Amino acid sequence: MNLTLKIWRQASPIDRGQFVVYKAPDVSPDMSFLEMLDVVNERLEAAGERAIAFDHDCREGICGTCSMMINGIPHGPARATTTCQLHMRHFRDGQTVTIEPFRARAFPVLRDLIVDRGALDRIIQAGGFVSVATGNAPDANAVPVPKDRLEHAMDAAQCIGCGACVAACPNGSAMLFTGAKVTHLGLLPQGQPERLRRVGAMVERMDLEGFGGCTNFGECHEACPKEIPLSTIARLNRDYLKASLRTA
Amino acid sequence: MELNARIPPGPLEKKWDLHRFEMRLVNPANKRKHTILVVGSGLAGASAAATLGELGYQVRCYCFQDSARRAHSIAAQGGINAAKNYQNDGDSVDRLFYDTIKGGDFRSREANVYRLAQVSLNIIDQCVAQGVPFAREYGGLLANRSFGGAQVSRTFYARGQTGQQLLLGAYQALERQIGAGTVTMFPRAEMLDLVVVDGRARGIVVRNLVDGTIETHLGDAVVLATGGYGNAFYLSTNAKGCNVTATFRAWKHGAAFANPCYTQIHPTCIPVSGEYQSKLTLMSESLRNDGRVWVPRRAGDKRAPGEIPEAERDYYLERKYPSYGNLSPRDIASRAAKEVCDEGRGVGETGLGVYLDFADAIRRLGEDTIRERYGNLFEMYERITAEDPYRVPMRIFPAMHYTMGGLWVDYNLMSTLPGLFVLGEANFSDHGANRLGASALMQGLADGYFIIPYTLGDYLATTRPAPVDPGRAEVRGAEAAVRERVARLLGVNGTRTVDDFHRALGKILWEGCGMERNALGLRRALGEIPLLREEFWRDVRVLGTGEELNQSLERAGRVADFLEFAELMCRDALHREESCGGHFRTEHQTPDGEAQRDDAHFAYVAGWEYAGPGKEPVLHKEKLVFENVHLATRSYK
Repeated sequence: MNLTLKIWRQASPIDRGQFVVYKAPDVSPDMSFLEMLDVVNERLEAAGERAIAFDHDCREGICGTCSMMINGIPHGPARATTTCQLHMRHFRDGQTVTIEPFRARAFPVLRDLIVDRGALDRIIQAGGFVSVATGNAPDANAVPVPKDRLEHAMDAAQCIGCGACVAACPNGSAMLFTGAKVTHLGLLPQGQPERLRRVGAMVERMDLEGFGGCTNFGECHEACPKEIPLSTIARLNRDYLKASLRTA
Repeated sequence: MELNARIPPGPLEKKWDLHRFEMRLVNPANKRKHTILVVGSGLAGASAAATLGELGYQVRCYCFQDSARRAHSIAAQGGINAAKNYQNDGDSVDRLFYDTIKGGDFRSREANVYRLAQVSLNIIDQCVAQGVPFAREYGGLLANRSFGGAQVSRTFYARGQTGQQLLLGAYQALERQIGAGTVTMFPRAEMLDLVVVDGRARGIVVRNLVDGTIETHLGDAVVLATGGYGNAFYLSTNAKGCNVTATFRAWKHGAAFANPCYTQIHPTCIPVSGEYQSKLTLMSESLRNDGRVWVPRRAGDKRAPGEIPEAERDYYLERKYPSYGNLSPRDIASRAAKEVCDEGRGVGETGLGVYLDFADAIRRLGEDTIRERYGNLFEMYERITAEDPYRVPMRIFPAMHYTMGGLWVDYNLMSTLPGLFVLGEANFSDHGANRLGASALMQGLADGYFIIPYTLGDYLATTRPAPVDPGRAEVRGAEAAVRERVARLLGVNGTRTVDDFHRALGKILWEGCGMERNALGLRRALGEIPLLREEFWRDVRVLGTGEELNQSLERAGRVADFLEFAELMCRDALHREESCGGHFRTEHQTPDGEAQRDDAHFAYVAGWEYAGPGKEPVLHKEKLVFENVHLATRSYK
């Protein structure tokens, strides 16, 4: 099939940037979206034009590196699928596809489709961990964890930190990302001692980084390639309230 | 160069304990004065950086990705081994040790592997304490599953995302240290050279991938945890960014490279679908717990799988290896798949595929149980192939996956270059000629959490490195060489893209140094690689400048190193006139087609020393001494 691509090009963080239209002929439906871009890039380079810069690494939907808006949706139209796992069979011949970087105040564009998501790491730095230095752990089976609780924790722990939730949110909020970590650790016995301190510190950092507030649109969940449940945000809010009452 | 493994004296099970007592310590006040450079933030790098930070060292950690959490350890699916024996099924440290030695086809070091098995117990404890959500039974205790090459259930797992959860555990520990100020993180930073001063590793030259700045970072020791070199083959299950540059640059400064020909082809990957293919996707080995591998009995049978009756199917792994069946080790399962495809019995459009069938398991356990165990893997398969594995068997084919070879290290994980330590897949130490499933995660974390914190302290306490003057000729020279190389890549201004060269190299290697090797094919590859390299330096096209974010330039540097490294790999494969594990020389096989080792001549680690530009590398041998296991023919029948 033949596609028309409208792609955001921006040479540097301070460049204004603009959309540029490219033709993508002979696209196989079995290609992944990134493979389609690889082919476009090789043709561009052969013609002496700079390749379109985009972030990608594992190409199996788990590293969370790929980050682009496809027709206005983070990671494109397929449900629970990262861009690298999106295949061209989801598009039709003759279609125009608009490709932009993830847009959010906290994610400055570095070049073309590449953004800086370091703010997400800094939220984890603020408290997204259990403070257990190497070497002082009790036997792994010493503390039983009920299976359903564990499964819920795992549902939240699956977050790949791609930032699609932020890009999808009209407020540019990182509540789903933060809620996922708060929920993962907050559901496990190992995460209890720091539970309230954690949520306070992470939310504070989130605000500091310029992420917006949550107004319950739910776009984040729709865009999430790992389908992190909205209930993680509810849990974050509950824990945050508890934490505020305790310190008040 | 001498390959002295520095294996401590004493009985096998006491070596590590005795050694830990013998090693010297750095007192807490002095730890603050040492700067350690850790390159790579996967399981080995992140766990090392976090732990060294906790101990009080000043750590700098580098990764080429945009965040430490993205390293390719994250993609490991199936699990992590540990000799906990929670299942009461006969496991022990000794059995894990033996399985790993045998799995590696008796080409690894006894003392290292035994220590790995011992430390495996602590890893699980540490990860659970961090909040890693390993699968559990209804009683709340940890669940296990089986993996290839073992007859016990010792694999801990978190759905099909064990690597992700373990890496996030290590990443969170690392971020905690970054927050505490003990570790400084440098994301989007690529190490392009090593700085060696007075014969010791004292720094690295790093290119900032955002603005292209090239800088030298100095420290008291350098820890490389930069993964394997599987991407030399272009198509592999590695992430696109995985590369050999850091270890290869270290090799050029005098670190021996060990067993580069030991590469692992994983039997269960999604088959190639077209020329544009950019990578191969693994389907976890854990699927072989419940999936049955088969092909039609008759060559050229093009019927749909459902139309082929039971009697006309060949469950070849169960037939050939009745005791291990579908859970035969990777090298064996891969070669068996190649063999049936060579016989014309392969399935799918290309004929390069075999079935992995869950129909029996679904009948026996129900679809829900299968969904619970492998749901995300099944979804991934369907996303890529548009086929539903609950209804039709998966089609799978072997693909390049892991490299057992790597920089040579002694028992302390130090390379032949003092002050340069190498962890995880980047070193060669524990897996011999073939790695068992669920052992890479174990090794990465063992090295990072539990070994390097002790051995690095001993090195610092013993050598007391003095600060390096940044004005030294060696320091300035290394940085100048990097700048010169970047300029050279940009200056070729040829016609072919970097990927075009990379694909060409991949084809040469897959043909000549892939699942099966022989002298003829290896000699051919050794003839072709230098020609391709020459052409690369004459005709590669890298657009743009070095002072900006330039992905073509990043790739060009990595491919340039692969083009040199590939030759070393083939040379090693040619010299090893035996078959062992992942290294299968067609000239050396038993009458029934199994690998034939030659212990009398090849029971050694091949360590290659760089001899200078244009000169043949020099081979050094570390003899493998087996005092505790009996060298046997590896059989899974």
